[in-house]
Amino acid sequence: MNKKKYERILLSHGGGGKETSELIGGIIFNGLYGRNGGSGDLHGLHNRHNDSGFAVNTSGQKIKLLDDAAVLKSPQNIAFTTDSFTVSPIFFKGGDIGKLSVAGTVNDLSVMGAKPLFLSLGLIIEEGFSSEDLIKIIKGISQEADKTGVMVVTGDTKVVPAGKADGIFINTSGIGEVLYDGLSVYNITPGDIIIVSGNVGDHGAAVMSQREGMEMDVEIESDCASLWDMINAVLGGGITVSAIRDATRGGLAAVLNEWAMAAGVDIYVEEDKIPVNGSVRGFCELLGFEPYQLACEGRAVFAVKPEFAEKALNILKSHPLGKNARIIGTACGNNNFGAETEGAGQAGGGRNGNGQELKKLKGKVILKGIYGVNRLLDYPSGELLPRIC
Amino acid sequence: MELYSDFKRKDDISRLASIIGSEVKKPVNIMEICGGHTHSIMKYGLNTLLKDKINFLHGPGCPVCVMPLKRIDEAIEIADSPGVILAAYGDMMRVPGTDSSLIKERAKGKDVRMIYSPLDIIKIAEDKNNKDKKIVFFAIGFETTTPMTAALLEEVIARRINNVLFHVNHVLVPPPINAILDSGDNLIDGFICPGHVSVMTGSGIYADIPLKYKKAAVIAGFEPYDILSGALLIARQINEGRPAVEIAYKRAVKEGGNKKAQTLVDKYFTIRDEFEWRGFGNIPKSGLKLRDEFKNFDAEYVFKDKLKELRLKSESGQRGKENAACKCGEILKGKCKPDDCPLFGKACNPENPVGACMVSFEGACAAYYKYRNF
Ligand code: SF4
Repeated sequence: MNKKKYERILLSHGGGGKETSELIGGIIFNGLYGRNGGSGDLHGLHNRHNDSGFAVNTSGQKIKLLDDAAVLKSPQNIAFTTDSFTVSPIFFKGGDIGKLSVAGTVNDLSVMGAKPLFLSLGLIIEEGFSSEDLIKIIKGISQEADKTGVMVVTGDTKVVPAGKADGIFINTSGIGEVLYDGLSVYNITPGDIIIVSGNVGDHGAAVMSQREGMEMDVEIESDCASLWDMINAVLGGGITVSAIRDATRGGLAAVLNEWAMAAGVDIYVEEDKIPVNGSVRGFCELLGFEPYQLACEGRAVFAVKPEFAEKALNILKSHPLGKNARIIGTACGNNNFGAETEGAGQAGGGRNGNGQELKKLKGKVILKGIYGVNRLLDYPSGELLPRIC
Repeated sequence: MELYSDFKRKDDISRLASIIGSEVKKPVNIMEICGGHTHSIMKYGLNTLLKDKINFLHGPGCPVCVMPLKRIDEAIEIADSPGVILAAYGDMMRVPGTDSSLIKERAKGKDVRMIYSPLDIIKIAEDKNNKDKKIVFFAIGFETTTPMTAALLEEVIARRINNVLFHVNHVLVPPPINAILDSGDNLIDGFICPGHVSVMTGSGIYADIPLKYKKAAVIAGFEPYDILSGALLIARQINEGRPAVEIAYKRAVKEGGNKKAQTLVDKYFTIRDEFEWRGFGNIPKSGLKLRDEFKNFDAEYVFKDKLKELRLKSESGQRGKENAACKCGEILKGKCKPDDCPLFGKACNPENPVGACMVSFEGACAAYYKYRNF
């Protein structure tokens, strides 16, 4: 696409005509499949797609482009997922909306034990969006896809009038081949050990500290990353894993609460075991957030049978994305917290918050604070949180 | 940013807790005035850690919680005027007025903006799209934030910005304390006085607490270590029978406070005859307003005709009445705790707050809800 001519994305780029072809060919295809040097400066798509019209992924699979649908060879068991991304700001320390949109969907497949294979890419772009930024985003998508060997095989691009979207929104759907069957939250039983693969809250803190009006200069980078390789190492290591979840919106707290609720267990975690980057903690102190409730985009939470906990931890620690992995707690029977955990804090002591009423709650998450007082770790709520994913 | 962890070290806290344990003979009732303290106490479970020794009562020090409905109604009324941009802090936007909140008004299409710092107002005012608009700042806060509002006004004047107005809701810490103590009917043995307020004002503003009311008053910071140090000093004052104002937060608070900030506040603000507080009613000399010479910046003056009808209605009790079941008022006076409220955690929770104590991040009900202890 002629950059001088089109510094910004125009409504006509979404009109389905020549400009649309230029956008798709010049920026999107070029960025993803890079056949014209990846500069994003390709004039017209017509020549290009006439001459070949195929893209080849890392495993040599040829996919025909620009037909109405991608025709794929499907493995026996597939996992299929979708996610939309609306993060603001779209470029943040440690990533951008493009990288995020690949990692997010790749991770959703990975935690189900599925090797990510194919992605769709839906773009909703606001009129006036900078072409240069779009090129950067597509580059982020392409690089992140290459890391896992996943391939973008179909897509759609719409341009909406200025004011009808905030820069760019991305949707990706993903198909993966289920290599490890049977991971499910319903497998979690009392005694399961909870492991987190690294520091929590980095993504949320990185994005929020950079949002408009806040602009705090803190050294926090998003943890945004595709986790297939790391998860594959654990699952391939002969470990009985009950369930895996990537901690995204709502952070660690949301994952644990969903698990507790669905599996009907209480989950007991200890504050001083949860890995949190010092700057993230400081950021949270200032603004009154809890790091456990901030989003992550490259952290997985594992529930594993106790006899496999150490081994799982070691495998994680030897992977670059799992260096800071920690065992943070256990699943336990209702109100039995502490029974399975050595040195658990005193239960039933506090006056506030209706201790007795709380005990009636089934499927809750209890955090043993640094001074040994147990409290509920709830879903984040009642706060004005900006869009972080 | 790691700095903060120095004041929460586990062994320091255990040591302090056991000293308090051995020095406190009979349980001490301590009111922490500031919402920031309430929040820390709940977050770290200090109330549970010190149960049977210290009974923490949660005072009227969250500026959002004490704001009466009628002030929010006024902000909504002003936001309704053509060409007005109403700017407020995030917490304030969700507090329900008589029948709406600023955030609901925004959803209805009113131009209501959330700001993080008073200086955001300058940005909005100088935006060329807003030259013909009136930007009304809903200014709230105790002695800590008043200097920032004063600095904003100074900047507005220096830059000859003529489209910024102030709806002033700044209040003072000592008057509600005196009101609680005057009413006689309370358990309080001593106060943990707000750290940040005291940075600005110094320690002198609490002199009445020991002199007139014979209660302990200790200024403390917000970290667990600070709060426990404050509690220990109060316990010692009680044991020794010598009520006094003490500073357990010397790294930040000087006896005389910040003179520059005080001068700035004094230049632009004067004390109102009275101001209404949620749960307390009118408290004499408890709020601030702009001095007469700055009345052209005062939204209450500029919009006086528009606000007239509303004021008549709240005076006659037609509007501005609190939900009768909400116990915020009693909580702020230390007469009960959030979980004594029948609505707590049921009809009232952070997603659907009934009273202001559940809305504001610093409110006692929100802190109880968020950090429910076992
Ligand atoms: S729980 Fe809700 S209704 Fe009850 S006192 Fe607190 S804010 Fe008011």
